[in-house]
Amino acid sequence: MDYLQFALISLIKVVTIVGVVLTGCAYMTYAERRIVALFQQRVGPNLAGPFGLLQPMADAIKMIFKEDIRPAAAEGWFYNLAPVITFIPALLTFTVIPFGDTVTVFGIETKLILSDMNIGVLFFFAVTSLSVYGILLAGWSSGSKYSLMGGLRASAQMISYEVAYGLSLVGVLLLAQTLSLQELVHQQQGFWGMYVWKQPIGFMVFFICAVAETNRSPFDLAEAESELVAGFHTEYSSMRFGTFFIGEYAAMIGVGAIATTIFFGGWQSPFEFLDFIPPVLWFAIKVSGFMFFYIWMRATLPRFRYDQLMNFGWKMLFPIALLNTMLTAGIRLWLK
Amino acid sequence: MNKLKTISRTDDYVVLSRESRPVPDPGVWGMLRTTVVAIPIGFITVFKHLFRKSVTIEYPFKKRPMFPRYRGLHYLERYEDGTERCVCCGLCAAACPADAIYMEPMENENGERLAKVYEINMIRCIFCGFCEEACPEEAIFLGQEYEFATDSRDGFIYNKEKLLVTHPRPENTLKKMWRKVRRFF
Repeated sequence: MDYLQFALISLIKVVTIVGVVLTGCAYMTYAERRIVALFQQRVGPNLAGPFGLLQPMADAIKMIFKEDIRPAAAEGWFYNLAPVITFIPALLTFTVIPFGDTVTVFGIETKLILSDMNIGVLFFFAVTSLSVYGILLAGWSSGSKYSLMGGLRASAQMISYEVAYGLSLVGVLLLAQTLSLQELVHQQQGFWGMYVWKQPIGFMVFFICAVAETNRSPFDLAEAESELVAGFHTEYSSMRFGTFFIGEYAAMIGVGAIATTIFFGGWQSPFEFLDFIPPVLWFAIKVSGFMFFYIWMRATLPRFRYDQLMNFGWKMLFPIALLNTMLTAGIRLWLK
Repeated sequence: MNKLKTISRTDDYVVLSRESRPVPDPGVWGMLRTTVVAIPIGFITVFKHLFRKSVTIEYPFKKRPMFPRYRGLHYLERYEDGTERCVCCGLCAAACPADAIYMEPMENENGERLAKVYEINMIRCIFCGFCEEACPEEAIFLGQEYEFATDSRDGFIYNKEKLLVTHPRPENTLKKMWRKVRRFF
C-alpha cells in the first residue's frame, strides 16, 4: 500500500512538474519576444489572442504541422536521437529542485521535491553536462558544415565552462557542508542568509558559466546566426527543431531554478512581512527574476568572438573560481 | 594610415598590404573599464528603453498619413455638376512612358467629346505623374491610395467606373459641421 501511495504521489508530482515546466518554456518564448521587443521599442507578437497570449499555442501548432525535412546526408538514428538527448536532461534537472517545504495534503505528508537526494548538486551537474552530447550529435549527424561547426563550438564551450561552473559552487558547498538542495534552502534563512551575500564571486562565476552552458546570448556561439545560419540545428525543422528549442528554454529555467535554490534561498521568503506569499510562488518569482535577467542580457550584450570566449573561460573564470574556492576554504579553516 | 608594405613580389604582380596596427595593451584599468564599468552602464541604458514608447505603427490597423504630393492610385475628376472633365484627348496616353493608358472616344447627346473606354493598367503604370502634368482639362490626378493589390491580373486594369470619383462627393460630415460653425461665428 505504501509503495502504491508513493508511486501515485510521485506520478502526480512528475506530471505537474513536466506540465508546469513545458508551459513555462512555451510562455518563456512569448515573454522573451515581448520583452526584447519592449527593449527595442517594438511591439512584438500581440495579435494571437489577448495581448498575443495565444502565440505559443499558435507556434506549437505550426511546429507540429510543418514538414519534417531530413537532409539526405543526415546520419539516420543519431539525427533523430539528438533533439531528445538535449531535451531529456533539461527536464531531468527538475527532479532535485525543491519547490517548497514538506506539506500535508489530505492527511498525506509529502515533500515538494521529486527526489530529495543527498547529492542533488552533483546530480544536477551530471545531468546538465549530458545535454552537450545531444548538441554534438546533432551537429555531426546533420551532415552539414554549419551544423558541424555549431556542434563543435557548443561542445568545446560547454566542456571548458564546465570546470569553472563546478568550481564556482564548491565555495557554497564548503560553507554549507551538504550537497542536498533541500538542506541548502533550509540553511538560507531571511534576506541576509542567502548564500549570494556570502559567495558573491562564486555566484557571478556560476551565473556566467550557466549562461554559457545553456548556449544563451552573449555565449550563443553555437547558433551564431551571422556566421553559422543556425548552428547545430540548421538542418532541423518541424517538431525536431521545436524539441531543441524547448530543451534550451527548459535548461534556462532549470539553471534559474538551481541558482535560486543555491544562492537566493529557494522557496524561502526573504522578508518576514512577506511570509504570506506561499513558498511555491516565492520560488516562481525568484526564477522569473532570473528569466528576466536572461532576456535583459540578450538585449544588451553582443556575442563573444570564439577566441575571446575561450580566453574568458580559461584565463578569467577558471582562476577566479579556483581563487574563490581556496579563499573560502582558508576562511573556513581559520574560523574553525 | 600605416605604411604600405610589400608582402610578395613576382614578375607579374606585387602584393602590397598595410602593416596591421599594433593592438595597444589596455592594461588593468582599461580592462576593468571595458568590462566591470561598461557592462552595467549598458544594462542600465537598455533598461531605460523598456519604458519608452514603441515606435511601431501597427500597419493594417493604423495608417500613416501620406504626403500631399504622394503619387498613388489615379482618379478622374468631375465638374461641379457631375459631368466628366476628361475629353479623351489622348495627351495623357501620349505622355505615359509606360504605355499604361488606353482610351476610346465618343460623343454624348450634346455633341461633347468624352471617353467611351478609359483604362489604366496598374501593372504597367510607374506612377510618374506625367499624365497628371499632361492633362489640359485637369481631369486626371494621382491620389493618396496605395493599397490596391489583388490576386488577378485583370484586377489591376482600372476602367472608367473605377477611376471616376463618385458624383455627389462623399462629404466629411465633421469637416462640414466645422465649416458651418466657422461660418456662423
